[in-house]
Amino acid sequence: MGLRILSVIRQVLDAEESVKIKDGMVDLSSSKLVLDTMDEYGLEEALRIRDVLPETEVVALAVGPARCEEALRTALAIGADRAVLVETAEALDVITVGNVVAQVARTEQSDLIFCGGQEADWDSQALGAAIAEYLNWPQLTWTTALDLEGRTLTGTHDVEEGTESFSVELPAIVTTQQGLCEPRYPTLPNIMKAKKKELRRDSFESFGVRSKLKFIRSEIQVKERMRRILDGKDGSAAAQQLVEFLRNETRVIG
Amino acid sequence: MILIVAEHSNGKLSKSTYEMTQAARDLGRDGQVTLLVLGSGVATVATQAALLADQVLVADLPVLGTYDPEVWAQAVAQIAREGEAHTVLIGGSRSGREYSPRVAVKLEAPLVEAAISLKFSDGTTVAEHYTLLARVVERVEAQAPTVVVSIHPGAFPPAPARPEAAEQYDVDLELPAPRVVVTQRNTIKSKRVALQDADVVVAGGRGLGSAEAYAQLVEGLADQLGAAVGATRAVVDAGWRPYSEQVGQTGKTVQPKLYLALGISGAVQHLSGMNKSKLVIAINRDREAPIFKIADYGIVGDVKEIVPAILETLKSNR
Repeated sequence: MGLRILSVIRQVLDAEESVKIKDGMVDLSSSKLVLDTMDEYGLEEALRIRDVLPETEVVALAVGPARCEEALRTALAIGADRAVLVETAEALDVITVGNVVAQVARTEQSDLIFCGGQEADWDSQALGAAIAEYLNWPQLTWTTALDLEGRTLTGTHDVEEGTESFSVELPAIVTTQQGLCEPRYPTLPNIMKAKKKELRRDSFESFGVRSKLKFIRSEIQVKERMRRILDGKDGSAAAQQLVEFLRNETRVIG
Repeated sequence: MILIVAEHSNGKLSKSTYEMTQAARDLGRDGQVTLLVLGSGVATVATQAALLADQVLVADLPVLGTYDPEVWAQAVAQIAREGEAHTVLIGGSRSGREYSPRVAVKLEAPLVEAAISLKFSDGTTVAEHYTLLARVVERVEAQAPTVVVSIHPGAFPPAPARPEAAEQYDVDLELPAPRVVVTQRNTIKSKRVALQDADVVVAGGRGLGSAEAYAQLVEGLADQLGAAVGATRAVVDAGWRPYSEQVGQTGKTVQPKLYLALGISGAVQHLSGMNKSKLVIAINRDREAPIFKIADYGIVGDVKEIVPAILETLKSNR
């Protein structure tokens, strides 16, 4: 049997949209939502493995409200074989989502899991590591190149002060980021085909978990800025003024 | 106890360790503030840690000479269990963000990532952190007595050292063998101050036009101001600068006293890594560039004309 790959996706606010808050909570009801681009790189890597090894199955998974079906349909149109939605209206912390994903991965007998390095909704970098710990798998975060040979995954990833080349045996979790690959777009025939692909709904209650965090309030915090913007047509005059500003408003220069 | 995993490099405690210590002192929950020093050859780091904490635990082992997320998580979780820690504080660095979820799962504890505030009151831990590319502050309450928290760099003031040194204790650890084999390391060591520790950051974007102009202007100004150098994703992708200098969603988050953005238009992903800087100065050709919306001081113009003029002015004033 071929490889079984799980591609974890989130539906997030389009980066060009502004954030709205209603009654102390983020309100996405009238905003454009998209499949997180961070997650698209993992889906693309999964599809590239399938391009080479056609017996590979790629399953897209989302844990979240019913609207996540749209993002899963996008993943199916891009090329995932089928999709799983663990539907819940409850706001969940990342550790709890990791627990649910790990349970799905066990049921699906996944060999390899991709997820975004930091999704744009909860600014969390924890999902990959949380899933890995629940499954007792190794993790590779912030990958920039991947190559699968049999069950040996090699590649490069970013670390605190530089980069590393690595090698690991599957099963493993990989988190992805911009620069890893160029994700493909859904084609019209694939969009049509996606409508017929399986999208399974798993009952959230069956996972026996509850959120470890209570979400109390969200608010937009905008730092007040002076916004003194000058015209720099006369470069040396503008430079003089900037140096004056540095001298008067900061202690950077004496 | 409150367990803090000390961050250190080159035999020195990092700024983040002082900031975590302040977060622990301000937490408002009883318990000894305990610094855990993991590494190989870390005696001098432990001595510095002794001036901050109520007690210091030291695991000085060859296997801890290089970081591995599984090894780190196992070490921290074991110490937290044995010491019955109710709060585990981990640095908001890339590695801290990477292994802290494993610690939380092992301890069956909630995780707060990159906290900017942290208080224990009425029997629960309440914290704030950023969401939606650092545009929103979210307040959360832990639903369990033990919590794991990574601390956002720059969110807490560094704790002052104390005159009396605390006791140091060596600890025994049962550690797993790393499963990921690192076949090559490309570490970039900069002679400048570390990005996350810097009071001043000079960062450049595609507007510089070339790697050569970048080196001359961004590095030139950084050297004049004793600043760290930062870069945008586009500049790193173009190969002008190493990844370790990248600021933004997929790079580092910085909160310096002064951030100078040269030829940076200000994509939301970049802004999320620097928009909490105390003062922002931007130079960009495009008046409509988003960077000017968060700038305290800006010049609409060509960085390649204005930055040399700044360097000239700075030199002639010395």
